Amino acid sequence: MATRVLKSLLAPSVRTLCRRYSSQDARTVTLIPGDGIGPEISAAVQQIFSAAQVPISWEAVDVTPVKGPDGKFRIPPKAIESMNKNKLGLKGPLATPIGKGHPSLNLALRKEFSLYANVRPCKSVEGYETVYKDVDLVTIRENTEGEYSGIEHIIVDGVVQSIKLITEQASRRVAEFAFEYAKLNGRDMVTAVHKANIMRMSDGLFLKCCRAAAEKHKDIKFNEMYLDTVCLNMVQDPSQFDVLVMPNLYGDILSDLCAGLIGGLGVTPSGNIGENGAAIFESVHGTAPDIAGQDKANPTALLLSAVMMLRHMGLTEHARKIEKACFETIREGNVRTADLGGSSKCSEYTQEICRKVEAMD
Amino acid sequence: MASGVGRSASVLRAFVSNFSLRTLSNEHFLSGLRCVSCLHKRGYSTPAPTVRAQYGGRHTVTLMAGDGVGPELMGHVKQVFRYAGVPVDFEEIRLDREHNDSEAFRQALLAVKRNGTALKGSVETGIDSPTGSLNAQLRTELDLFASVIKVQSIPGVQTRHDNIDVVIIRENTEGEYSNLEHENVPGVVESLKIITAAKSTRIARYAFNYAVEHGRKKVTAVHKANIMKLGDGLFLECCRKVSEEFPQIEFESMIIDNCSMQMVSRPQQFDVMVLPNLYGNIVGNIAAGLTGGQGVVPGMNIGENYAIFESGTRNSGRSIAGKDIANPAAMLLASADLLEHIGLKSHSELIRDAVIKVIVEDKIHTPDLGGQATTVQVVQAVIGHVREKTKQWYSHVH
Amino acid sequence: MESAMRIFRSRGVSKLTHQLLKRCLHSSTVARMAITPRSEPVSHPEGKQRVTLVPGDGVGPEIMSSVQAVFTDAGVPVEFEEFHISEVNPKMNAKHDDVINSFLTNGVGLKGIIATPTHFKGGVLQTLNMRLRKEMDLYANVVHVKSLPGVRTRHNNLDFLIIREQTEGEYSALEHESVSGVVESLKIITREKSRRIAKFAFDYATKHGRSKVTAVHKANIMKLGDGLFLECCQEISELYPKIQFESMIIDNCCMQLVSNPYQFDVMVMPNLYGNIVDNLAAGLVGGAGVVAGESYSQDVAVFQPGARHSFAQAMGRDIANPTAMILSACNMLKHMHLEYHSKLIEDALLRVIKAGKVLTPDMNGFSTMSDFTNAIVHQLHS
Repeated sequence: MATRVLKSLLAPSVRTLCRRYSSQDARTVTLIPGDGIGPEISAAVQQIFSAAQVPISWEAVDVTPVKGPDGKFRIPPKAIESMNKNKLGLKGPLATPIGKGHPSLNLALRKEFSLYANVRPCKSVEGYETVYKDVDLVTIRENTEGEYSGIEHIIVDGVVQSIKLITEQASRRVAEFAFEYAKLNGRDMVTAVHKANIMRMSDGLFLKCCRAAAEKHKDIKFNEMYLDTVCLNMVQDPSQFDVLVMPNLYGDILSDLCAGLIGGLGVTPSGNIGENGAAIFESVHGTAPDIAGQDKANPTALLLSAVMMLRHMGLTEHARKIEKACFETIREGNVRTADLGGSSKCSEYTQEICRKVEAMD
Repeated sequence: MASGVGRSASVLRAFVSNFSLRTLSNEHFLSGLRCVSCLHKRGYSTPAPTVRAQYGGRHTVTLMAGDGVGPELMGHVKQVFRYAGVPVDFEEIRLDREHNDSEAFRQALLAVKRNGTALKGSVETGIDSPTGSLNAQLRTELDLFASVIKVQSIPGVQTRHDNIDVVIIRENTEGEYSNLEHENVPGVVESLKIITAAKSTRIARYAFNYAVEHGRKKVTAVHKANIMKLGDGLFLECCRKVSEEFPQIEFESMIIDNCSMQMVSRPQQFDVMVLPNLYGNIVGNIAAGLTGGQGVVPGMNIGENYAIFESGTRNSGRSIAGKDIANPAAMLLASADLLEHIGLKSHSELIRDAVIKVIVEDKIHTPDLGGQATTVQVVQAVIGHVREKTKQWYSHVH
Repeated sequence: MESAMRIFRSRGVSKLTHQLLKRCLHSSTVARMAITPRSEPVSHPEGKQRVTLVPGDGVGPEIMSSVQAVFTDAGVPVEFEEFHISEVNPKMNAKHDDVINSFLTNGVGLKGIIATPTHFKGGVLQTLNMRLRKEMDLYANVVHVKSLPGVRTRHNNLDFLIIREQTEGEYSALEHESVSGVVESLKIITREKSRRIAKFAFDYATKHGRSKVTAVHKANIMKLGDGLFLECCQEISELYPKIQFESMIIDNCCMQLVSNPYQFDVMVMPNLYGNIVDNLAAGLVGGAGVVAGESYSQDVAVFQPGARHSFAQAMGRDIANPTAMILSACNMLKHMHLEYHSKLIEDALLRVIKAGKVLTPDMNGFSTMSDFTNAIVHQLHS
C-alpha cells in the first residue's frame, strides 16, 4: 500500500520508468542462449518457467556477428529488431571472439540499448557454504562511462593517458535508479561508493548527483563511503551493506568481489537496465566449453537472472516461487550440480526445481 | 711523530680514495629505472649508477663469495657493515668451484643485472675447464670494460720502494682474454688476441678522463707494438688520438717488457697507466707486489651500467683459506669503494678510515705485511674504530 | 656477547668496567670466531638514530604515544623529530618544507594517517598525502598481509605482500570539467614508473625469499594504459628466472582474494587497484588496526599502517588499536639495522595478542589502548 502511495508521488519521468512493473500481460522476451553451456542452461530455464506457468513467450535469436555491407562485423539486425520490439532479454554466456574486427558483443548490446546500470544482487546461498554466511546486498554499477570510456592515447612513447569520464547526466541517472531499485525491492539503504578524496572533481560530481538523488528519496537511508573503506568492511562484515551504487570501474571490481563472497559467478545473477524500459538479464560466468553438451552445467546463475527479470516485469509471485524452489533444492543438497559440490546432472537439477515449483501450486 | 702519522694516514687515504663515477651513457634498457635523485642524507651525492636496487635508502648488492679466502672475508665485510650501520643488503649468489655450470653463471649474471653492483671473491677456474675463466666471462658479459687498480706505498709497511703512486687502468673485455683458441692440427694451437678501435678508444678515453678528474699529470700507454704491429699498434694509435683531446695531460708510451723492468727498478716514474688486457694483469700484479701484496689492494671493474668490486689481484688465496691469516684489508677497501660507488659516501669513508688507521697507526698487520695478527684481530680492530665513530656520528650529521 | 654487554650497560656499570668487560669478552671469543665470523643480530652502530614522526589525524597521536611508550621501555636507540600536519585541521600545521626536509635528511619516518576532507571546495586538486608522496617520490607502497595468531577472522594463516605504485595512475590529480556537467579525470601510466615498480616488486620478492609475483591489471579494457603496465612487469620478470610471474585481472583478483586468498604471494599493481586490494586484504586479517605498511622512494622509507583510515570517531576514547603502527615501527627498526629491538617488540606484541587476555575492541577484546600498551610493555620484561 505504502509503495503504491509513494509511486503516485513520483516525478513523471520516474513514473514512465516504473510503468512496466505493473504490467501483467503475457510478454515476449528475447532469448540469447549464448555459447558453450549457454544452450543447455537456457533450455533448463525455459523448462522451469513453463513448469511455473510464467506468462512469457520466448523468442530465441542468434547474436553471432555477421559481416555488414561495409565489411565490419556487427550484431545481426534480426536480434536487434527482436530486442527493440520486446525490450526485455535473457542472455547466456557469450564467447568473446578472438581476433580483430569483432566488437565485444556485450559492449555492442550495451551501446545499442544504452544499458546504463548493471545490477547484481548477491545473497548467500543456504546450503552452499562459504566463509561468509550473511551476505545480502545489491551492487549497482554505472555502465556507460567512467574509466571504461575507451579513450586512451599514447602521449609520447612510454606514457599512456587514459581518460575517466564522469558526466552529470549519467551519474544522476544511475543514482536515481539506485534509489528506485531500493524502494521497489524493499531495501533500506543506499551507499554511494566513491574516491572523492583523491579524484575530487570526477568522483566529486558523481557523489554530488547521489546526494541530490538522496534528497529526493528521504525514505531510503543514504550514506557515502570511500571505495577502500567499503572493501575493508566488506570482507569483515558484509551484512552492514544493502544497496551500493558506484561508477564503472569500482562496480566492476566490487560486484565480482561480492560474487566471491557468496561462492562465485555460478550463483550470481546480473541484470542490465537501459533507457526506455530496455533490460537484459544475463549470467556473467564463462562459457565453460570443456563441459559443454555434457549435461554438467549449473543453470543457477541464469535462472536467478531470469527471476530478477520477472521481478523487473512485476511478476513477483512467479519470481518468488521459482527462487524458493531453486534455493530449497540447493539447501536440501540431494540434487546439486558438480560445481556446487553435488554429483547430479543439469537435467536432474532442473527437474528437481520443476517438481518443487509444481508442488507449490 | 704524531704529525708524521697524520701525514702518512692522509697519504694512505688518498691511496684508496675512490674516483667519482662519470655519468656514462644510459642507453641500456633499464635506464628508465633511474629516478630523480633527491637531497641525500649524510652526503649521498655521487652520481647514481644506471642500474640499482635502492629503496628507502637501502641498497641490495650482489655478493659472490667465490673460492679460497673469499667466503671468510665476505663474512668479515658483512660484520663490519653491520657495525657501521651500512644500509646494504646482500643478495648472495654461489659462483665457485662447486657451482660453475652455465646455470649458476646465468644466475650470477642476472643478479648483477638486477642490482647493478657486486662484491666478488675470486672464482677458481680449473685448467681443464671447457668454459674458460668465469671471472673473465662475467666481465665480458656485463661489458665491464675498465679494470682500475690503484697502488700506493703504504706507510708503515716495509718494502723495497717508497712513494709509489700508480693507477693501472686495464682493458677488460678483449685482447688475449677472448677465449678464442683452437687446435689446427694436433700439436698446433692458435690463440686469438682481438684488438678493436672502438674498445681501445673507449678505454683510452676513460683513462684520460680519470686522469683529469683525479688531478693526475701523465698517462702511459703500455704495448708491444714493435712486435704486434697491427694489434697493439691499433691500441697505441687509439691512445695517441685520444691524447690529443687532452693537451693538459702528458702522454707517453712504453713497451711492456721495458715497462716491467722499469716497474721494479724505478716505479715512481709512473702515474696513470693504460694497458690491454694481459699486460694489465701482469703490471697490476707487479705493482701490488711492490707495495705489500694483494692483501691491501682493492680492485674495481667498471662498465657503463654495472660495476663489480673485488680484491685487486684476483687470486682466490686457496693456500691460506681457513687459517685466519688472510689480510681482510683489500676486501674491506673494495667494499668501501663499492659504498662510494652507490652513493654511501660517509659509510665508505668510515670503513676506509678505520682500515687505514688499523694498518698505519695501530700497526696490526697480518703475516703478509710482516705482522703476527690474525684476520679476526684486524677485523676486530677495524670494528673498534667504527664503533667509536658511530657513537657520535648520528648526532654529528644533523 | 653483545647481549651480555647490554645487560651490564643497562644496569649502569661504570664505563671502565664496561671497557674491561668488552676486552675480556673479546679475547675469549676470538678463538671461537676464528673460522666463521660471528653473525649475531644485535650488532649495530652505537649512538641514536633520528626518525621523523608525523602522528596524523584521528587516533594517530594516541597511537604514536603508545608506540613511543613501547620504544622507551625497550630502550630503542631512536629519537623522534615530531611534526604535526593535517588537512582537516590545518591551523597547527608545521611548515610543509620542514617536514619534507626532515624526511629527506633522516631518511626514515613513521607516519600516522592524514585524513582528506571529502568536500572539494575548489583550489588545489592534490591532497596533502599526494603532495608528500610526490615530493619525496615515495613511489612504492608495501602492505604485508599476515594473519596474527589470536585475531579471529574467516581466513587464517594468510601471508602475502601487496605492492602498489602510488605516484601516477588514477591519482594524477589531473581533472577538468570539459563542459558543465562533464568531468574528465586522467589516468597516466608511464613505462618508466611501471618498470620501476615492477623491479621494486621483484627485488622485494627476492630479498624476502618469495617465490611468485602476480601483476594485477585491467588490460582487457584499458588496453593501452594497463597494457603498458603489464608489458613492463613481463619484461622485468625475465631478469628473475627464479620467481614465478603471473597476471590477473583486478575484478577476478578481488573475487579470488575473498574465496581463495592462499594462492597469492607478492602482488604488484597500479595505484587505484592497490588502494582497493590493500583495504580488502586488510579486512581479511582483522581490519585496519592490525596491518602494517611501508612506502619507499630511492632514499626515504616511510612506515605507516597498511590500510589508511584515521578512525576519527574513536579519537580520545582510548579504544584504538596500535598494533598496525607498532608492527610498522618494528619494520622500521629492521630497516634501520636494529633487528634486535625490532624482534623484541614484535615478539612481545604477538605474545599479547596470542594470549588474548588484553585486546582492544576491534580484536573482540574489552581493553583500552592504554591497557593493551601496558600489556606489551609488561611482556618486554618477562
